[in-house]
Amino acid sequence: MKTDYDVIVIGAGPGGSMAARKCAEEGLDVLLIEKRQEIGSPVRCAEGVSKKGLQKFVNPQKKWIAAEIRGAKIYSPDGTEIVMSEEMAGSEVGYVLERKIFDRYLARLSARAGAEVLVKTRATGFERENDIMKVKMVHFGEQIDYTAKIIIGADGVESKVGRWAGIDTTLKLSEVESCVQYLLSGIELDPEYCLFYLGNNVAPGGYVWVFPKGEREANVGIGVLGSRVDRRPKEYLDEFIKKSYPGGKPVEMVVGGVPVKGEIETAVSDNVMLVGDAARHTDPITGGGIINAMEAGVYAGEVAGIAVEKGDYSAQTLSLYDDKWKSTIGKTIARNAILKDKFVTFTDDQLNSLAKALEGVKLEDLGVTELIRRIITKNPKLLWDIKDLFLKAR
Amino acid sequence: MNMIKVNRLKCAYCGACIGVCRFDANELIETWVEINDKCTECMACVRICPVGALEVENEN
Repeated sequence: MKTDYDVIVIGAGPGGSMAARKCAEEGLDVLLIEKRQEIGSPVRCAEGVSKKGLQKFVNPQKKWIAAEIRGAKIYSPDGTEIVMSEEMAGSEVGYVLERKIFDRYLARLSARAGAEVLVKTRATGFERENDIMKVKMVHFGEQIDYTAKIIIGADGVESKVGRWAGIDTTLKLSEVESCVQYLLSGIELDPEYCLFYLGNNVAPGGYVWVFPKGEREANVGIGVLGSRVDRRPKEYLDEFIKKSYPGGKPVEMVVGGVPVKGEIETAVSDNVMLVGDAARHTDPITGGGIINAMEAGVYAGEVAGIAVEKGDYSAQTLSLYDDKWKSTIGKTIARNAILKDKFVTFTDDQLNSLAKALEGVKLEDLGVTELIRRIITKNPKLLWDIKDLFLKAR
Repeated sequence: MNMIKVNRLKCAYCGACIGVCRFDANELIETWVEINDKCTECMACVRICPVGALEVENEN
């Protein structure tokens, strides 16, 4: 049995699978490990992605798309509605995925490209010896020790790889959303619109989302900022559902912590790179992390290829990975972290006045950037001190 | 002595409690959370848990 690899990727979510696939495509010997027995389960996600973002990395497949989305509606505490929609006929702007199938599909692509895959395999630590990492793992209850030149830590919000490598990614309570979601069945909804509800009595420092997964089903969930938790997110969500979807029947419960920390200083150390939630790559405003993780995974794979070719796995060489993710996804993550810190201080009255500024305005772009630009143009007062972040051309 | 305990019947093993732990005192192993003796009872994990599965228990 092969025990020496160029790269071991820890965690088989979208970030890890994309990293493993890229490594394999670069001609590296790569092993992808997943601590659970099933890749893709349990889900910890609202499953929404932008169509454009996804298509950069993978061709959409019917089997893992639960719904196609044309627009979003945002509700302020007093019910003022902001509608964002793509007007062009026939075009959908987003997907709600079936992550259980999607994650497996991505893992399969990495396997097809040549990556080895092991499930029910957990890393328990590593040691550096002559510039090679000895990775300790438990596979189906049995201790196995493999070596790797490079470790890619894609081990999620609960990442250990960063800690072992001396990269501090600990989340303060103000840097993580505490989330609960039900897949609600038997509800009336417009299957083409994602809904967002804001308010300090609805979801302090976060929002409630409704992401359709078909004609009469939706992911209905909540994120509450850790530092603002006074009651459990589950209690807030149960209250919302009782009011808005009294007949809905939960057929699945999803729980998770979503990092909203913003850009970390570095995601590399000697022989180690962090990808996705492990590197806190989630967007601090939307909480979305799938596309960022996939993009970071590709960069990590590219840099692994370069480092192995050079025979140099030092932090200095791997810092090329920092350069790549910071100059792309990192920019939006950093900017939206500033916006988030502002957003979580708004009172209900302030949220209402922001929404009023855009009431009835047709927004044809679903991005946060365009939304905030329009708000600043209409009602600049509340966002005055951060306006340059959004108005300056990027 | 106080201790943080995991109510396994509530825990949905999401890992949020590990993300906020400054002391490397907990770990998500497949489908359960383990808390080790590095725990200082700082309560960060108790506060972040989305479902209230972590509780402080008095050992005495």
